[in-house]
Amino acid sequence: MIEIKGLTKKYGSFYALKDLNLTIEEGTVFGFVGANGAGKSTTFSILATLLQPTSGEAWINGISISQNPHEIRKQIGYMPDFFGVYDQLKTDEYLDFYGASYGLDAQQRVVLIPKLLELVNLSAKRHDYVDLLSRGMKQRLCLARALIHDPKVLILDEPASGLDPRARVEMREILRELKAMGKTILISSHILPELAEMCDTLGVIDSGELIAHGSVQSIQEKLQSEKVISVKLTGGFTEAIRFFENDPLVSQITEIHERGILQFLYKGTEEDQLDLLRKAITAGLPVLAFSEEETDLEDIFMEITKGAGTL
Amino acid sequence: MKELLANPVLVKEIKLRFRNMKSFTGLFFYLLIMGIFVFGFINLTSSISGSGFFRPEESFMLFSMLSYIQLGLILFITPGLTAGSVSSEREKQTLNILLTTAQSSFQIIFGKLLSSIAFLLLLLVSGLPIYSMVFLYGGVSPGQIAIIFLFYFLTLLVIGGLGVMYSTLTRRTIVSMIVTYGTMIFLTAVTGFFLILSVSLSSAAMGTGVSPLSYFWASINPAVVLLTLLEPGFNDEIGQMTGIPLPLWVSYTIFYAFIFVGSIWLSVSKLRVNMNKYK
Repeated sequence: MIEIKGLTKKYGSFYALKDLNLTIEEGTVFGFVGANGAGKSTTFSILATLLQPTSGEAWINGISISQNPHEIRKQIGYMPDFFGVYDQLKTDEYLDFYGASYGLDAQQRVVLIPKLLELVNLSAKRHDYVDLLSRGMKQRLCLARALIHDPKVLILDEPASGLDPRARVEMREILRELKAMGKTILISSHILPELAEMCDTLGVIDSGELIAHGSVQSIQEKLQSEKVISVKLTGGFTEAIRFFENDPLVSQITEIHERGILQFLYKGTEEDQLDLLRKAITAGLPVLAFSEEETDLEDIFMEITKGAGTL
Repeated sequence: MKELLANPVLVKEIKLRFRNMKSFTGLFFYLLIMGIFVFGFINLTSSISGSGFFRPEESFMLFSMLSYIQLGLILFITPGLTAGSVSSEREKQTLNILLTTAQSSFQIIFGKLLSSIAFLLLLLVSGLPIYSMVFLYGGVSPGQIAIIFLFYFLTLLVIGGLGVMYSTLTRRTIVSMIVTYGTMIFLTAVTGFFLILSVSLSSAAMGTGVSPLSYFWASINPAVVLLTLLEPGFNDEIGQMTGIPLPLWVSYTIFYAFIFVGSIWLSVSKLRVNMNKYK
């Protein structure tokens, strides 16, 4: 379990992270959403004992990051957003070095390295020099490196950034496997919408402040102030537009004429929505379908990062 | 000891160093310079004297000059090998990952320093056959060579420690390089200048004898200490002049041991952030 209390990082008068309070249950996957510079990497760096917080505290599996950073390092597997590799080491030597760095003896490493390379689909590249690997392969190798000491917690900062769609899919598959292995995973990514189904909880951070925290659905409900409603009509568009314009909860009506659809933003609750449909039918509008458009996490992410300060 | 030598950083650094052609070319040129000097000196001396042979006194002179050349090479190479040890990892973005491993800061610093020292020792050892040319002509005892090598070891340990320290404290390798070379120049040229200044000023003021400050400048200057190791009689002269009977090499060892311990301590304590500092 990860517990963060009042974590703050200040640079002069600028808050990179402001009073972060968060609890992440063991064996769950936590997704951290936020624009660049929102404070995701700062949080992860503090948890990885690379950055000293200005105030606050965090515990990983009950171990304090400030009191016992050495023990924390054994508990976590950290993958930074930007990292380099030792260009004259081979793939297996790279893992061997980090295995030794975590105190694994030579025999353990010999057994473990092929398994890890298989997990990240790099078995064929075992004897290749690390700098000759593609970016996606390097990312996967770095993930294998983070797993070498079998940590309970994985802190993955943008593990799929800069990857092509195929490499992203591969990365997602690996993360799914890790989730099935019962790891507690903290992940920040721009591909979070793709990972939504594997995240148990999400945290939305903006300008160093956590503005929402909870399940994917609860975040969606909390942050989505307006829904997109689609109404399919068999005719009578002018009357329909006039009708919906009169509703104070409706705005930005657009007509997709060729498909016979009207779309508008709606601020009301589900009951209000039902009432609106009832009124539309009573008013004699030829309604064929009335539905709420599904907005994915990408849309919400865009909305949050556009004007989170007002949320 | 076995655990210390099984240090992952040390093993990795040595592996990387010997996969790099620079190490082999460095070694080649080191031996080339030494070889050219030794054979050139022998050839020149025997042809100038016209005797066709090489006298023990000349052999000792060759040994002294060779010792100075080797000292110069050590002083010149050590900063280059150590001043980028930590900062280059920072520049290559490999440091953060290294710092999140279970290795202690001491292990990392020790591994970095020892890998550079190991290469420097290899240079010294590989130069031994050239050094041993001097034995063919006599005039130098093996004990003297052993003492000179211990002196080299201490000197490269300290310069190396300083290089690693600056590399830990500064963000960029180029800055660390400049500061390490600057410190090396201070310890050799600047202290030498202060020694000359101090000797001439005190002789002008007191007529005979020189101030204890001159002893200090002499005791931290590797070139002067090497001179006392080559010519032990020089120690007595300094003792008489300054009134400090302690041989220079003793003060040198104490002073440099302090610098070494200080630089390693600072490197270890500054490598990682102190997570508990704000409490």
